[in-house]
Amino acid sequence: MAMALPLAYASSVVHPFEAGRLSFSTKATKHKKQIYQFRKVTKVLAYYGLTNPPYKLDALEPYMSRRTLELHWGNIHRGYVDSLNKQLANSPLYGCTMEELIKTTFNNGNPLPEYNNAAEVWNHDFFWESMQPNGGRLPWGGVLDQIEKDFGSFSNFRDEFVHSAMMLFGSGWVWLVLKTNERRLSIVRTSNALCPLVWGDIPIISLDMWEHAYYLDYKDDVSKYVNNFMDHLISWHSATARMVRTEAFVNLGEPKIPVA
Amino acid sequence: MALRTLFSKKAFTTASGFRPIAAGDRCFLRQARGLTVAALPDLAYDYGALEPAISGEIMRLHHQKHHQAYVTNYNNALEQLETAVAKGDASAVVRLQSAIKFNGGGHINHSIFWKNLKPVNEGGGEPPHSTLGWAIDTDFCSLEALVQKMNAEGAALQGSGWVWLALDKGSKKLCVETTANQDPLVTKGANLVPLLGIDVWEHAYYLQYKNVRPDYLKNIWKVINWKYASEVFDEETA
Repeated sequence: MAMALPLAYASSVVHPFEAGRLSFSTKATKHKKQIYQFRKVTKVLAYYGLTNPPYKLDALEPYMSRRTLELHWGNIHRGYVDSLNKQLANSPLYGCTMEELIKTTFNNGNPLPEYNNAAEVWNHDFFWESMQPNGGRLPWGGVLDQIEKDFGSFSNFRDEFVHSAMMLFGSGWVWLVLKTNERRLSIVRTSNALCPLVWGDIPIISLDMWEHAYYLDYKDDVSKYVNNFMDHLISWHSATARMVRTEAFVNLGEPKIPVA
Repeated sequence: MALRTLFSKKAFTTASGFRPIAAGDRCFLRQARGLTVAALPDLAYDYGALEPAISGEIMRLHHQKHHQAYVTNYNNALEQLETAVAKGDASAVVRLQSAIKFNGGGHINHSIFWKNLKPVNEGGGEPPHSTLGWAIDTDFCSLEALVQKMNAEGAALQGSGWVWLALDKGSKKLCVETTANQDPLVTKGANLVPLLGIDVWEHAYYLQYKNVRPDYLKNIWKVINWKYASEVFDEETA
């Protein structure tokens, strides 16, 4: 997750000497003057930093090439971080956590200018962590149980996810979310930078359907990209960790405690 | 007798008044029922003729894959719409609207786009003169200002969409508009006529310019077909 890290310092130089004051140019006082001049007042500002994906850039080959990640993470994601920091430099929104920032700037459907950058920074962080080398295949344990409960079977879920991705018109994302109100998993499709956090839902897995995510590797063959994601990239480990966390916030039902 | 001619392969290739389509027999039957289908228009130039502004690979994929997909899906949606209308299935009719808007819009927009481009050696990039040139100077101060405005709006567009130079048929004034995804220009105003459209979907430039959309916008002006824009302008302001 993107964290607020102290990355930049703003400083103002304090001039302690007034005009007309006598100063003896002995070596001692000169040295003292120099030290005093360098004791500047510093103001520490916290900006967002670009976090690395949890794997090397070539680790997802051949399903997502190193070149794609270099551009997608190194240029595009980095660009969003830099733009966001520039916008926040003089903004009253400075100082929120990323999730707070997204919900505030979404402004109930009338997004503020910072929303797009904030949401895209978060979305991309989430996306890198939704993938892993040697990913794909089946989930297990609680995640699998919940999927089977809410979709009937894993293959139903998989088909619905792929279908949702193929039905996206334009740029956007496909999400497996836990709907907090309905207390069930669901597949959601959002446009451009929209993130399910703004509705209070909890994302579990995401897939970037913007063309820049797959065009270099797959050109127009969207179906191959989505299927490769499902079969080889999706990180059920991340999904498990995220589900574990959501259970602290959403009651997914009574636990099956064996009766003596 | 006429029916037999319709269903024979030979008749399909002769000038029978039907436009040939890649999808073969199914479209054949659609035409027999009287449904007019959309067809992928040909380009007036080779795929590589717009280099180095737009690479041949992009042009080929853009035309043969993306535009073709819009045409195919639009025709499918129309066929489903016809069935739904015939059955009186209102919810199906409404459900199909987004697919029709997206794919139909994609077909409309790209058909205009291919005419907006021309190789340099055939006049691409040559600035507009006479009527359109004067109108641009009146409404935007100069051609450079217009180009700058369109580039700025195109670069600022979030996600996918188009940036247009439009003529308002009512006021006869030029304006710059953007539309999202594949929305045609009329969604921004019923009186708007597209003179020039620039596709800023990533598939239009990513292979060549990567994520640097401003470079793509700067270079595409070298192959813009102002002659077509002038012709449309003159026709609408006549």
